[in-house]
Amino acid sequence: MRPPSPSIPEKEFLYTSLKESLRLDGRLSMEIRSPTLTFGDDLGWVECSLGKTRVLAQVEGKMVKPPPERPYEGIITIHSEISPMASNEYEPGRPSDEEVTITRMLDKVLKRSDAVDKESLCILAGQRVWHIRLTLHFLADAGNMLDCACLAGIVALKHFRRPDVEVVGDEVTVHEPTERAPIPLAIHHTPFCFTFAFFPDPTIPPVIDPSQLEQRLSAGMISIALNAQRELCVLQKLGGVPLDPDEVLKIVIIAVQKAKELNGVVEARLKEDWEGRHVEVR
Amino acid sequence: MVRSIFCQARPLLTSSQGSRIEILNQGGFRSDGRRQFELRDMSIDLAQQGQADGSAVVTHGLTHVLVSVFGPREAKVRSQAFHDRANINVEVAVAAFSTGDRRKRARGDKRILELAATIKSTFEPVVQTNLYPRSQIDVFVQVLQQDGGLLQACINATTLALVNAGIPLLDFVCAVTGGVHSTSPLLDLTLLEENDIPHVTVAVMPKTGRVTLVTMETRLHVDRFEEIFRLAADAGKVLHGEMKSAVRSRTSALVTAMGSGPRVGGGEIADKDGDDRMNEC
Repeated sequence: MRPPSPSIPEKEFLYTSLKESLRLDGRLSMEIRSPTLTFGDDLGWVECSLGKTRVLAQVEGKMVKPPPERPYEGIITIHSEISPMASNEYEPGRPSDEEVTITRMLDKVLKRSDAVDKESLCILAGQRVWHIRLTLHFLADAGNMLDCACLAGIVALKHFRRPDVEVVGDEVTVHEPTERAPIPLAIHHTPFCFTFAFFPDPTIPPVIDPSQLEQRLSAGMISIALNAQRELCVLQKLGGVPLDPDEVLKIVIIAVQKAKELNGVVEARLKEDWEGRHVEVR
Repeated sequence: MVRSIFCQARPLLTSSQGSRIEILNQGGFRSDGRRQFELRDMSIDLAQQGQADGSAVVTHGLTHVLVSVFGPREAKVRSQAFHDRANINVEVAVAAFSTGDRRKRARGDKRILELAATIKSTFEPVVQTNLYPRSQIDVFVQVLQQDGGLLQACINATTLALVNAGIPLLDFVCAVTGGVHSTSPLLDLTLLEENDIPHVTVAVMPKTGRVTLVTMETRLHVDRFEEIFRLAADAGKVLHGEMKSAVRSRTSALVTAMGSGPRVGGGEIADKDGDDRMNEC
């Protein structure tokens, strides 16, 4: 079902206020909504919210036989179907254009960028490897679900602990979490995604982390995923308003700055949660 | 050339056994004999294919892509028609024989859907859709052979097919891939190079030099990125020259065949029409 287009007064109000660098929710044009991370009881259960946009991520692992062409690597799969729970624009079964973009972007940011080391997930070469399954549930869409989903996904992967496994010859013993402390996944780097929206009028400056209305009225979006070590993982500008190469590079520099800040926030939050859990060490 | 096809057939073994092929050797030559900034041979065929209003077969080295454009025509699906502009519909089909090993792709394959969505969003601001309300422009992309630079070839072929169909565009859209091998930038990558080094695809509109599409899926440091990004944007303008001359030669061939209208730079003889010439004799 196609959503009703924003009304003319809404459109004009948004454009006039953006011309004066005023956003409807009071943020600066280069200010993201402060992310709130809520951890569940299980390790690897994270709910991330950027303002009213909420995404839930859950990680689970099980042991499987690896495919014959890659016997030394674990498997990571990401499941992210958008249900009508997020917004009534999304239909179950048929992926809309936006959903395809989000799913592919998540795949690129979390899987193709090699954030998680797959070789460390191998238990017994050719016979047993870990299959890590990341499931994302989109709870509410108030604009920019992509950034929220990427953040939830990477934080959940960092939060998850898999059971300790001992291999003696050909025998594999899985230790319960109560016996031996579960170990975290080997994460090479932490990618964060930032989305910028552009508008048809070239005098209106770009905004970061667009809200629902800004997203609908934008003439183009550019998504940048990068880590705190100044490495770009994914840069995607799919059509939309044509931009000068200088403008694109300016945006990249802003994203580098934001990535550093966000990394600090995420690390602090993970540490806080970990200290709050009772970990028995024998 | 033969070597690179063999390596395509077993890409997985190459990656785990270490690359046997040098991406850029001491003398500054790449695996297929090109220089660092040399683009692959580009051939453009604008002959009519079937019933299409416009079509183009573009090859970049060994990558062959055929695009057929139908439209603007009446919107078949009424619910998708816009009241004030035309709807652009892109469908991509990748032939099973296009890669080294035969692999049949499902219709709902996410990668192919993404390619179609990318092409659609690239051309939406470029095609003057407001001239054709309640209409539909269908773009059918058929990938015949893949050797790297697939998105690049699809975008170039779509531009030419749209121009061939006579659909008004704001400007050409020229795409090129670029990559960085340790610190040396390379342009127009083959499949072998794409699997190995971080790469970016950039599409520019040559008249203004503005960038409509940038996609990068591999990790690359920000400083390296700036260099290759500017380079690829300039390379797009070079492709523009090729595309424009192909369109010009096709148009002048058509005009000559029809025997009508003044020839470009033609003299007095060309200005007379059939009747005048008959009356002279």
